[in-house]
Amino acid sequence: MLHVGLHHFLIVSAVLFSLGIYAVVTRKNAIMVLMGIELILNSANINFIAFSRFGNFGLGGQIMALFIIILAAAEAAIALAIVLNVYKTFANVDIDEINKLKE
Amino acid sequence: MNLYDIIFYLFAAITIISGFAVVSSKNIVHAAFNLLFTFFGVTGIYVLLGADFIAVVQVIVYIGGILILLLFGVMLTNKITSVDIKSGTLHVIPAVLGVGIFAGVLISLMYTTNWKTSVLSDPGNTTIYNLGKLLITDYVLIFELLGILLLVALIGAASIARREKD
Repeated sequence: MLHVGLHHFLIVSAVLFSLGIYAVVTRKNAIMVLMGIELILNSANINFIAFSRFGNFGLGGQIMALFIIILAAAEAAIALAIVLNVYKTFANVDIDEINKLKE
Repeated sequence: MNLYDIIFYLFAAITIISGFAVVSSKNIVHAAFNLLFTFFGVTGIYVLLGADFIAVVQVIVYIGGILILLLFGVMLTNKITSVDIKSGTLHVIPAVLGVGIFAGVLISLMYTTNWKTSVLSDPGNTTIYNLGKLLITDYVLIFELLGILLLVALIGAASIARREKD
């Protein structure tokens, strides 16, 4: 096996990104879709930090990863509030069934 | 193949296998718990990349915050009624014996070990100092904007999720 370098981290990130896309596309439950989005954001973070480490860009990549984590927290809070509201209105969170903005 | 490589492959395997488990498991609670291991593996990868502070933030925010939020979402939007919650006790005496012996060994170890105490050493080149400096110099505008964004998200989430007054 060859020495671990930038490629290895990028491959892990690519696999994680694909898994996230798969979850977003295939799952019906809104919370599973959110989990897929979290996977995608994590893979983006791995990319940022890997390039920050190997690409000689200083710490900018790590700062961006920090900002992405903050955005992910805000996104999760808002999305779950919306999901709870949807559940209160439609009594399920199946995103195929929900096609009206209002009752 | 040195130690760094072995640890990398270990964490990469944890990340990817539990990621597969997240997207393939039918049970949404199992998916949420597998997501925990994915985040843990990603944390290890951050440490391997030299991002110590980001790794700690990942543990606190993702595992401690977002995952708990997701679990709350799962539990509030699925009718989980089949799980019977028991709170009886069993195996009390073996547990007391085992834990007592363990605690005794632990305490005697703590007491008898000749701890090396000296002046605090230099923590080496951690990234916290430089990250903090960057946050209040080059990236100060984004930093402030993100503070406002978090406030807006907090108020927005609270106002969306609250119950209507009847």
